[in-house]
Amino acid sequence: MKSVADDAGTESAKGRWEREVLEPTLRKSPERSGPFTTISGRPIDRLYTSDDVPAEGEPGADASLPGEFPYTRGIHPTGYRGKLWTMRQFAGFGTPEETNERYKQLLKAGGTGLSVAFDLPTLMGRDPDHPLSLGEVGKCGVSIMSLHDMERLFDGISLGDITTSMTINSPAPMIFAMYLVVAEQQGANWKTLSGTIQNDILKEFIAQKEYIFPPRPSMRLITDIFQFCTKEVPKWNTISVSGYHIREAGATALQELAFTLRDGIEYVQWGIDAGLDVDEFVPRISFFFNAHSDFFEEIAKYRAARKIWARVMRDRFGAKDERSLKLRFHSQTAGVSLTAQQPYNNVVRTALQALSAVLGGTNSLHTNSLDEALALPTQEAATLALRTQQVIAFESGVTNVVDPFGGSYFVERLTLDMEEGAYKYFDAIDRLGGMVAAVEAGFPQREIAEASYRFQQAVERKEKIIVGVNGYVDENEPAHPILYIDDQAAEQQLARLEELRRTRDNARVTATLEALREAARSDANTMYPLLDCVRAYATVGEMCDALREVWGEYEEVPSI
Amino acid sequence: MRTIRVVIAKPGLDGHDRGAKVIARALRDAGMEVIYTGLRQTPEKIVAAALQEDADVIGLSILSGAHMHICPQVMKLLKERGLDHVMVVVGGIIPDVDREKLTAMGVAGIFLPGTPMQSIVDFINQNVAPRTEVV
Repeated sequence: MKSVADDAGTESAKGRWEREVLEPTLRKSPERSGPFTTISGRPIDRLYTSDDVPAEGEPGADASLPGEFPYTRGIHPTGYRGKLWTMRQFAGFGTPEETNERYKQLLKAGGTGLSVAFDLPTLMGRDPDHPLSLGEVGKCGVSIMSLHDMERLFDGISLGDITTSMTINSPAPMIFAMYLVVAEQQGANWKTLSGTIQNDILKEFIAQKEYIFPPRPSMRLITDIFQFCTKEVPKWNTISVSGYHIREAGATALQELAFTLRDGIEYVQWGIDAGLDVDEFVPRISFFFNAHSDFFEEIAKYRAARKIWARVMRDRFGAKDERSLKLRFHSQTAGVSLTAQQPYNNVVRTALQALSAVLGGTNSLHTNSLDEALALPTQEAATLALRTQQVIAFESGVTNVVDPFGGSYFVERLTLDMEEGAYKYFDAIDRLGGMVAAVEAGFPQREIAEASYRFQQAVERKEKIIVGVNGYVDENEPAHPILYIDDQAAEQQLARLEELRRTRDNARVTATLEALREAARSDANTMYPLLDCVRAYATVGEMCDALREVWGEYEEVPSI
Repeated sequence: MRTIRVVIAKPGLDGHDRGAKVIARALRDAGMEVIYTGLRQTPEKIVAAALQEDADVIGLSILSGAHMHICPQVMKLLKERGLDHVMVVVGGIIPDVDREKLTAMGVAGIFLPGTPMQSIVDFINQNVAPRTEVV
């Protein structure tokens, strides 16, 4: 890497070009006013050359190839030639039966994995008859109250043959226990069962705010799952450390990368502190990133993520198993980039975002539907979103080659900058005492709020143009057809809840809930008593209430 | 004229507070007095905050689809407590079919994703009920 003129006074190729070619051109025809920055506000040069990246042998040079440490160019030597990414469309709404129907349709259309969206009462550990559940049952996802609902959700779908991802965090242990019991009922073997629970509570405190218990008992539930799965469900992905929501909350690409990987480090540390060996549980940790609109910045982010994780697992934790070093990730296109205005533009946005995730080597992908700034997607919109992935996979030709941007001066420079920026954030968080302490101090929350306000101001000033919103506005837009979710699901779930409480063995429910409280007070693994609660048809709300009684609830101090 | 006082609230179970926080800051930067209630507020708590803070405006941020349950309750409670003069605006994901119903029950403004902050500032400045008290 050379500066424009190095110590000996020799001019770099870029320096010469700037002087001989660029400057005369700029005098005749100046550039647009800019600013030329990424969506995260990072300034970008007009040209990158070999002068911008370390030459072979220089510090920072990375000559690794795909499948080689630190996996910058991918974890598989054959890229997508061996196996395409999993096309996993997140879906869920209304009653378990309605969602079951949507799943069967997605599998029929060529989806290769399921991904469950739960409604807010389920995500917050509240039964539908709780006052805060008013109007929320079945609205943002499917309502799951008890094992009965889980049985209905996967009716006719063989859990031994598919992989399921479940976006559930605070009540992850309860929902996971339900899934395991349904698998058991179907005759599937836990030892070969595969799928993912999101189970990432740190990003809830940081960004999405779907927390129930305070940070420390929440972390203990997660290490309980690490221990339980190591023994009982060894192929299950115990956590999907998520930058998606951090980004949606307004973080920059760098903040998304840094906070997510630092969350991952925190989980590894807590697992080790709970007595696990690093190579015993780290191979089952996976990641989940946003695929946002700034094409090259996103590709660099994914490449840097793999590189940083491999190094940190080896150097900070002494991991030896290759599987502990390889960062696997799911990605989802940026919901926050979708606009209610001119919704068909969202198809184009999503296609470009999905392409960046693929070029960055994603292992699994969800593409958003064009109507998601208006409502949950219609079946037609959800199918088109899946088709977008299939067009990229089978028509664009990008799957023929591994890491096509490897060696691009620009992408390599961005990758290095991302890496460097992430380590700076790691240092800041380490100085605060780790991520749990940083979250308790509100550090990542403040960083994100600042970034999101800065972005909004850039939009207001039209430094960033969003087509159809602050540029190319159409005043006479026709109304767009949407999926309207009425209150039928809520009424049905409320009636079922009442029936469940009338017909189940309530003495057994009381006894299993008491055993759960006992485990929570001690340091016994909570997964075993939770499985007993689930088998007794205790509800998500009842199980969470039992733990609320022991641990209390977290409340954030509101600030702007 | 006294400073406009705005209560920004996140009702329901949803925790996505990016919009609520950005708007709160934009209104504050525009010279208004902003009180942010934080997450998971019931209609009772929101109306109590408006009363206690002597608010001119309540801004509700709702993305979850629960607006047709939350808004009627807030409007009813405002009427019961004699706070009819408080202007209610809603921001979030609101389907077209619900807009008329919300307007009919007295919601003054509905702002969908992508609304410029300045247009919300302007809307409040132009439509807030005039107050005679002088600070």
